[in-house]
Amino acid sequence: MRIVIAEDSVLLRDGLTRLLTDGGSEVVAAVPDAEQLLRAVAEHEPDLAVIDVRMPPGYTDEGIKAALVIRRQYPEVALLVLSQYVEESYATDLLSGATSSVGYLLKDRVAHVNDFLDAVRRVTAGGTALDPEVVAQLLIRRSDDPISRLTPRELQVLRLMAEGRSNGGIVELLKVSSSAVEKYVTNIFAKLDLPPTGTDHRRVLAVLKYLGS
Amino acid sequence: MTSADLTVRWVGAAVRSLRSARAWRATRNGLAALLVAAVGTALLGGLALIWGAAVFSLVNWPVGSWGHIVLYVAVVIAGPVLALWAVQGLTALQLSRFRAVAGVHIPAGSGAAGRKPWPVGPWLAAGTWRQLAFHVLSIGTGAAGGLAAACWLAPAAAIGYLIAGHPSAAAGGAAGVAAVGLLFAAPWLTSKVTRADETLARALLGPSRNEELANRLESLTRSRAEIVAATDAERRRIERDLHDGAQQRLVSLAMNLGMARARFTDAPAPALRAIADAHEEALLALSEMREFIRGLHPAVLNDRGLDAALSGLAARAPLPVRLRVEVPRPVSPSVEAVAYFIVSEALTNVAKHAQATHAEVTVRRGADKLRVVVTDNGSGGAVPSGSDDARGGSGDAGGSGLKGLAQRAASVDGTLTIDSPPGGPTVISAELPCES
Repeated sequence: MRIVIAEDSVLLRDGLTRLLTDGGSEVVAAVPDAEQLLRAVAEHEPDLAVIDVRMPPGYTDEGIKAALVIRRQYPEVALLVLSQYVEESYATDLLSGATSSVGYLLKDRVAHVNDFLDAVRRVTAGGTALDPEVVAQLLIRRSDDPISRLTPRELQVLRLMAEGRSNGGIVELLKVSSSAVEKYVTNIFAKLDLPPTGTDHRRVLAVLKYLGS
Repeated sequence: MTSADLTVRWVGAAVRSLRSARAWRATRNGLAALLVAAVGTALLGGLALIWGAAVFSLVNWPVGSWGHIVLYVAVVIAGPVLALWAVQGLTALQLSRFRAVAGVHIPAGSGAAGRKPWPVGPWLAAGTWRQLAFHVLSIGTGAAGGLAAACWLAPAAAIGYLIAGHPSAAAGGAAGVAAVGLLFAAPWLTSKVTRADETLARALLGPSRNEELANRLESLTRSRAEIVAATDAERRRIERDLHDGAQQRLVSLAMNLGMARARFTDAPAPALRAIADAHEEALLALSEMREFIRGLHPAVLNDRGLDAALSGLAARAPLPVRLRVEVPRPVSPSVEAVAYFIVSEALTNVAKHAQATHAEVTVRRGADKLRVVVTDNGSGGAVPSGSDDARGGSGDAGGSGLKGLAQRAASVDGTLTIDSPPGGPTVISAELPCES
């Protein structure tokens, strides 16, 4: 897996490089700002770009803007955005391009090494990895509608789906049977009027589309 | 010390006081006061005389031609206008006399400035009458100033009297003693008169008590706003510093420990446990640091504004929160920060003490107010003080937090009300002023 990293802190840039290399990936470029990120992506056409949101020169949302440019110009590059805080509009912007191969995590999550590497793999494989806080914010904004009809357990499953978990992952996390999870998922889709779709992944996308709309 | 010594000292001091700059300034001021008072008296007295005569003539049905009547009416009408100009001009003259001669700066009261309709408005204002009163009283202070200044000339007068008047020995001696006494009294008298003159001017020409209070209020309001803004800026700076420094290091540390934990799975069990513990500890420190930084000043507030910051808050709350934000036009950063922290603290309070199952946050911008309302369906009984009555029986945690909220609101001239009857629901609402 070939990866480009954009992160302005030297400490974290080096740490991420080591972490991802240790995890069996190849870091082809590690750059400190958005401009160099775009050049590196053009040059290396990596499988994944790991991008910090707050970067020079403005230290606001340079990373998100760069990510959107990459999404437009190199749709095959997976994006994993790291942010100091969760901003729902960033998530909506990111998800509006396409809901696959996208991740948006709080920066701290890189310290949960295994979870982070898991998220990297999911995103590169075409899946999604949304921070629980992102999902929580997306759900907050839609508290007026059918979501209020979900049971707490169904809501929990919806959150996990929105984070990008597969049914198998949800079974593992909630310690319930896979038939139970399937039942929850069916109920959720029925209550939210989402078209029933086949694979785990397409279901996740449907949920994200629903939340992001 | 002998009495002779004391006498020498006293005489020395008296002689020195004759040459002191203060005495001369006071003397100059006395003379200037006399001069200006003379001008003022002539001006105002003349106007008053002419006006009075015109009024008198009109009242006693004027004899003479229509031309006279027109003239009298014109004078009656023009009198107050001219008098107003005279009063204002004399006030300016007196204030510049104080500045130039006495060396004291007396701030001009706003007096009648801007009172409409001109010239009736200014005459209805207390300030004009206070100024007029000063100009009338200045006849007295001017005269006193002149007399006090004249004391300097007492020796000259005495000498003249001795030479030209051929007085008897007793009269001559008395004149000499009086002259010396007046000479030495001159510094004291002139400075007393100057002090009285100045006091009078401050009271009548300077700002009135109300104006002074208004000025003070204005300057306090301004300086407090500056302090609040500076505090916010400082918080932002600390937030940035922590984020760029300690937080990055903690992330890096936790990441390294996590890598070690993942890599050295074949290490001896105690070593593995130590690494795992260290990793968990670092993760904990990291999340505490994040919470701390958020509590300091959330970066999202800066970057994305109140709406975004509040939706983050609502999402992190451990209970469902319905959020409605209607802030079409941005408010000042200080007010934004206060609103954010009110919602933050209120939600924390709800989660800790209210035993609520959901909460609702509404932030709406009115014409000149930002209204923040946090409602929960909990047990109520929240008390905004450090007392033991704070709800949940958990000491003052809830109450003191709420008290802090009231202070925060007050720091931007806002108000905070808490309605929390026992049994609930609790409604915390704040109104924060914002310029339209």
